[in-house]
Amino acid sequence: MLGSLSAFRPTLIRHSILGLGFLLAAGLAVWWVDSFNQFLVYELSSVCYFAIAAAGLTVLTGLNGQLSLGHGALMGIGAYTTAVLLKDHTDLNPGLVMAAATLVTAGASVIVGAAAARLRGPYLAGATLGLAVGLPGVAVRFSNVFGGDTGLSVPALSAPDALSSVPPVVWLVWVGLVPTVITFVLLANLVRTRYGRDFRAIREDEVASALYGIRVARTQVLAFVLSGACAGLAGSLLGYTANVAAPGSFPLTLSLLLLAAIVIGGLGTLPGAVWGALIIVFAPDWISSLSDAAHLPIAMQGQLPLALFGAVFVVAMLAFPHGIQGGLVRLWRLRAGRRTDGASEGAAGT
Amino acid sequence: MSYFVVLTLTGVAAGMIYSALALALVLIWRATRVVNFSQGAMAMTTTYIALAVIQATGNYWFGFIAALAAGLVMGAVAERAIVRWVEKGPPLNAVIVTLGLLLVLEAVVPMIGGAQIRAFPAPFSIAATAVGSTFIALSPFNIFTIAVVLLVMVALLVLFRFTSLGLRMRAAAFAPEIARLLGVRVGRLLTFGWSLATMAGALAGLLVAPTLLLYPNNMDAVLVYGFTAAVLGGLDSPVGALVGGLSIGLALSYIGGYFGGDLETAGVLVILIAILMIWPKGLFVHAAERRV
Repeated sequence: MLGSLSAFRPTLIRHSILGLGFLLAAGLAVWWVDSFNQFLVYELSSVCYFAIAAAGLTVLTGLNGQLSLGHGALMGIGAYTTAVLLKDHTDLNPGLVMAAATLVTAGASVIVGAAAARLRGPYLAGATLGLAVGLPGVAVRFSNVFGGDTGLSVPALSAPDALSSVPPVVWLVWVGLVPTVITFVLLANLVRTRYGRDFRAIREDEVASALYGIRVARTQVLAFVLSGACAGLAGSLLGYTANVAAPGSFPLTLSLLLLAAIVIGGLGTLPGAVWGALIIVFAPDWISSLSDAAHLPIAMQGQLPLALFGAVFVVAMLAFPHGIQGGLVRLWRLRAGRRTDGASEGAAGT
Repeated sequence: MSYFVVLTLTGVAAGMIYSALALALVLIWRATRVVNFSQGAMAMTTTYIALAVIQATGNYWFGFIAALAAGLVMGAVAERAIVRWVEKGPPLNAVIVTLGLLLVLEAVVPMIGGAQIRAFPAPFSIAATAVGSTFIALSPFNIFTIAVVLLVMVALLVLFRFTSLGLRMRAAAFAPEIARLLGVRVGRLLTFGWSLATMAGALAGLLVAPTLLLYPNNMDAVLVYGFTAAVLGGLDSPVGALVGGLSIGLALSYIGGYFGGDLETAGVLVILIAILMIWPKGLFVHAAERRV
């Protein structure tokens, strides 16, 4: 990374300034929104962790071409690390806890990633599928550490005394926004370094990449670890938001929702991860208010979002493989008549 | 020692079910180079159909036949209407499409059939049998399971090895262009392959439901076991599916019996990753290059 440091420094500064500006604007906006819609603010903290996890999965699946059906389970590792750390020391600094959760999950990802780098296509999907289905059972089995089926509780965050006028929900979102912005700034830079190019080269053609001098296996493990670290951070934030880490919070559906997020948003683009996170958090609300209006039976309402997500998977792959971000970029080009390079890359696994 | 024998016998019976699902995955992989992650959800759906028919007619076998027929139709519709359009594209697209089907089925079935856990009848007793004074761990239903899966395996073997239809299906899967030039209706045979596979999956759903009960995602774990079995067998070989299924059934039974049931899935995960680390293409591979 040192070798390419000088090349990305201007980008790093630009992204950092953008990120800082977004952080301030979003932080103030959240405080304002809180005055009339607290539930919306609470949901924004869900957007934060979904966006982080989806960004990680974008790097792995969209840029590097490795499919993971196990990122929900990796989020579980992050959440459980958070809960276990806070079990005895309830007043630990959330920043430290999140960093620890990120590191622990990254460590676990080294093992999974090393196995994943040897696997291709369906074999990789199957191994990570096993991760998603198998890991919750471990939490149930070792119930003296992980609390069994009911899981472990995570104490709610509250603002420090100096900021006691900040409502807890707003503080929660602020605490969520900081790692989100940091993650996106770092990943946006990474995409533009040699590593990002290596990731994409391997996605396009492993043999050619190897001939070009890229260490394929090592780069694939690196992508998995980065991606897993994001999932761990997201899981930690999920723990703080849901105030619990339980096996039921990390079903296979969570992993599939993350995949839905990056497919809907646009595979391989970081803004796509944000669009996807917004959609998977808010679409269930819209859908259920629509089905309320249509007087659908209760049994149908709960299932409708999942059914529609599934349908979107199918339709998106058949008709719109570039997702929302791809569509937006195409619109932008049509309007402005100019070329924005790199933004529409990453058609599903090409 | 006798505990070991009990675990072995129940492992074999469960393994036959995983073999049936693995066989479904292998048939589809051979035909279209797609792993059908919705296989379990399709089997769950056909089992719900079987339950509805059984409740309406009061006869188990009508439900049994209805489920297999529903499997035939569902497989054909899925291939012809949806998968056909992504078969030629990047593999990731096909995977995402089958995952989409999984989500749709697991959400739509409870909308119609209700999300509660239901009992599913078995045609024979699921209690262990006594022969004279000694108990055999296998129930009559277990024996039925083993027999019916073996029967299906033999029938498929005969179909693929000794019939003209089977020969054309193999040709369509291995060299579609050449087969097409020789007058084989490749598209239709791929659809038929999906039909057969989904029927094998429907059979697994019927066999697993009496012990596992029936609810919208009751096949999730079975899919993972079946997939592990198929991968063990190299994804390409029906015999590999049988051996893989039995191995997974036995491994699960021993892990569950000696270390506790919650660790079963995690144990299978460890086995899967360990085996894939050593043989990344499974145990029963023919000389086939990975498509670059």
